[in-house]
Amino acid sequence: MVNRVRFREDYCVDCRLCEVYCATAHSQSKDVIKAFKDERPSPTRGISVQRRDATSFALNCQHCDEARCAWACVSGALTKNPETGVVTYNPEKCIGCWTCILACPNGAITRDSEKSQIIKCDLCSDREVPVCVAVCPNRALVL
Amino acid sequence: MARYKYLIVGNSAGGIGAVEAIREGDSQGSLALVSDEPYPAYSRPAISEFLMGERDFDDRMYFRAPDFYDRHKVERYLGARVTQLDLEGREVVLENGDRLGWERLLLATGGVPITPRMDGLELNGVHRFTTIDHARNIDAALKQGARRVVVVGGGLIGCSLTSALIQRGGVEVVMVELLDRALAAVMDATASAMVEARLRELEVRVVTGHSVAGILPASSDPSRVGAVTLSSGEEIPCDLVGVAVGVAPRLELVRETPIEVNRGIVVDRYMETTVPGVFACGDVAEAYDFIYDSHRVVAIWPNAYIGGRIAGLNMAGGHHEYDGCTAMNSFSYFDIALASAGLFDPGAEDSVQTDTVNENGVYKKVVLREGRLVGFLLQGDIDQAGVLFRLMRDRVPVVDFQDRLLEDGFGLVSLPRPLRDAWLGDGGMGYEGSLAGGLAAK
Repeated sequence: MVNRVRFREDYCVDCRLCEVYCATAHSQSKDVIKAFKDERPSPTRGISVQRRDATSFALNCQHCDEARCAWACVSGALTKNPETGVVTYNPEKCIGCWTCILACPNGAITRDSEKSQIIKCDLCSDREVPVCVAVCPNRALVL
Repeated sequence: MARYKYLIVGNSAGGIGAVEAIREGDSQGSLALVSDEPYPAYSRPAISEFLMGERDFDDRMYFRAPDFYDRHKVERYLGARVTQLDLEGREVVLENGDRLGWERLLLATGGVPITPRMDGLELNGVHRFTTIDHARNIDAALKQGARRVVVVGGGLIGCSLTSALIQRGGVEVVMVELLDRALAAVMDATASAMVEARLRELEVRVVTGHSVAGILPASSDPSRVGAVTLSSGEEIPCDLVGVAVGVAPRLELVRETPIEVNRGIVVDRYMETTVPGVFACGDVAEAYDFIYDSHRVVAIWPNAYIGGRIAGLNMAGGHHEYDGCTAMNSFSYFDIALASAGLFDPGAEDSVQTDTVNENGVYKKVVLREGRLVGFLLQGDIDQAGVLFRLMRDRVPVVDFQDRLLEDGFGLVSLPRPLRDAWLGDGGMGYEGSLAGGLAAK
């Protein structure tokens, strides 16, 4: 079964470290100061904290078994890797049509308006544990 | 004569969805695919990127990796047109006279551009815009100096063409729409007005409420386009006409066969036609629509892929019910982001609609019927459209939290916790979860 990052909303304190580290890990410099101060285009992140009253949690792509985003994708940019189960995004192909955004049942895909393309979690394919899980101080994100 | 266990006619979203699904259920059964286009499957919506010069027709436009067909053991007949269906003999006849036999057949033949009846359609300079060859023809005409374009049709295809022309630059565009506003099929009057205003900013003239009555030859060269005349009598000089009115089901193969046809090919919830062993999907088929609770043609890419997927699973021996789709469209032209689905513009009195415009100009609207979401439209802030769509698809009673649907920051966090837990706990947003929700609601 595919890995996916699960949030535990009772433990999330809305600190947004996951957002900061996700963006840094996906920046050019991988340096938190440089990434946020100097980099253009700005670094993007595949995880977002939602908050309403006392409830908060960090949501990213759940790499669904029935990946409706990949079924809906008109360009072939989103595909479900049959071996790893990861919903893989190829930005070379994305045309920014936003069909996947309508298809994602969790609202886990966002627009990169600077590039007119989408942003989504890649499950940190270059790391053993996704950076958001690794840095969450309260174990509110688990693999 | 070659005979296959599975034969697919059509090489776009539906056909590819079926190939992938067939191979999930049957890794070895012989499988062939026929298409009159001589190319690997490509992204039709990306022809707009091609025309604007953003990308070439290569890997970036192909829908799947170059080794897709080999990896899925698909025999390809590309550039081959099927001219006849022999249901008795279980064969198709190709244009060159060859026959291909099948045990299970999928008709994923898509649509043909609708061409309104008018004089002058045969003139040089009249183009369509649904295939890569169409885009290449327009590209060539522009390179030869076409500068004044009339786009016939103010829907998604017309906007896609207009957007590409604007991006390319150096072209004057007039868009002519028969209805009283552009994009009536994908947005309401408020949003249409926004798009039309934006088009005027971009110096596109938008003519609504009139049709193109005829295309006139150029005085310098009577074989070429010189102008169009509108139903109002106005004459608009131009050197290129893009007919972009939409598509109709491509039914030529099934006419005069026992396969039942309404507006499109009639299929059941398993995507099988009235002739056993013959399936259909995509723009040519009337698939189940969960909002209308009836079968109808909804010619959009995701429905074609999912329909093809269900057909493929069932052709390979499965018994999977199509859980239904409905109209859903996103709009991403002219720097406007918009998403709509279902009955976003109801006339009926039994529905209640609420809308809001926030200080950033974000326009949102939801439509409820009997306490359930049956349609919505988001403009500007569309990232959570999928959550609304799932509420609609699963027929979730939303009365208890309906005020939240339009709030800033709407998302999973706005849903009651038990619902959120149920959605995230089902191990992958699967059919079971959604179907159970749908049935429970009935």
